Amino acid sequence: MKYMSEYRDPELAKQYLEEIKNTVTQKWSIMEVCGGQTHSLVKNGILEMLPKEVNMIHGPGCPVCVTPLNLIDKAVYLALEKNVVLCSFGDMLRVPGSEKSLLEAKAKGGDIRILYSPLEAVRIAEDNPEKQVVFFAVGFETTAPANALSVIHAARKGLDNYSILASHVLVPPAIENVMEDPDSHIDGFLAAGHVCTIMGNFEYYPLVEKYKVPIVVTGFEPLDVLQGILMVVRQLEDKKAEVENQYARIVREEGNLEAQKIIYEVFEVTDRLWRGMEIIPMSGYKVKDKYASFDATLKFHVDIPEAEENQDCIAGEIMKGIKKPFECPEFGKKCKPTNPLGAPMVSSEGACAAYFHYSGLVES
Amino acid sequence: MCLAIPGKIKSIELQYDGTVRMAKINFGGITKEASLEMLPDADIGDYVLVHVGVAISKVDEEEAQKTFSYLKEIGELGDLTDVDDYLPQKEGSL
Repeated sequence: MKYMSEYRDPELAKQYLEEIKNTVTQKWSIMEVCGGQTHSLVKNGILEMLPKEVNMIHGPGCPVCVTPLNLIDKAVYLALEKNVVLCSFGDMLRVPGSEKSLLEAKAKGGDIRILYSPLEAVRIAEDNPEKQVVFFAVGFETTAPANALSVIHAARKGLDNYSILASHVLVPPAIENVMEDPDSHIDGFLAAGHVCTIMGNFEYYPLVEKYKVPIVVTGFEPLDVLQGILMVVRQLEDKKAEVENQYARIVREEGNLEAQKIIYEVFEVTDRLWRGMEIIPMSGYKVKDKYASFDATLKFHVDIPEAEENQDCIAGEIMKGIKKPFECPEFGKKCKPTNPLGAPMVSSEGACAAYFHYSGLVES
Repeated sequence: MCLAIPGKIKSIELQYDGTVRMAKINFGGITKEASLEMLPDADIGDYVLVHVGVAISKVDEEEAQKTFSYLKEIGELGDLTDVDDYLPQKEGSL
């Protein structure tokens, strides 16, 4: 496919690896923020081919992983107790809640549907006026405009049977949280290309200024990731700390202004609990009062307390890059994609799932 | 979840009483529908990046080539630096 397959060229990948080897002179820890980049690194064998001086640390950019346990419980409650049609992206279904996952709720008879787009959920609501339809609106800045747009479409159509269970999270406060943690030592970042497609690069200049770390906005194909790593390494070796854009074919400096307008029409910034981490100030979106009738938590008076995490899961340390998946005693043993103890083993973006499927550390 | 795929706009139609532009987009042979509400300038034939049913960016064809020329570019920059080393130093410098 155009603009995808050419960024998987093995010959050029070798040349990039060679250039990284020729450039690096000391050990550097680089965090790729987005779980999509983690998967690209592990699946394509890049981790193994990088020189040993380049230590890739896997960041918290996996929305499925950081969505609070409590929210899964709320989704399960809506499906089973309020009998709503609960629509969700596929990768949320197997994430364990405090008692059950959405998949288990589906087995118990809940009307839970996997959708590709929140706009499809609006159509379901339109076609089924006798049913309440709730979209499980999780994700980073990339997904926020589409989820907000679904609310705008529903409002425009005058639907009173559509709402969203929203828990959006934002990347820059998470980077700040990682940098403030005394246990994590990150020298540079690959920023998440698709988040920046929406939000632009502006939010990263203050971070570069404050923490003196290079941040390179990076894409997801193997050549993108390799070029992003090379750009970070070159900056580090030159003692620079700047914002650079590796993914300029997609990311504009100002981001997508139309998308930002749609986000701020429906959402406002709020404090948000990150699963496995903590409450990070101003790190998420919630539905504005103006659209309160589309907020499922208010509409159905869902008040479920925060539950205890599984004590065997070290998701927090994984997501801050303090530990690698194989350092968890339960990795590949009690915890597998078919029976995950925590969210990073579930998602197509979770670091534990990436290592489980592709690293060769687990015998199939 | 932030997965987004580039595809080519095949056709555009107006929906929601003419207020929303929806496009049929070809992804290597598979056609799917996506909203163009966040890309008011996108037109038939453009390559756009689609995420969960919404087109979020137009591919910049010129920038798209830069990953293929980057290594050569930094190589040439390196050569220039080398040349500088051999040039006579300016007056006043040590």
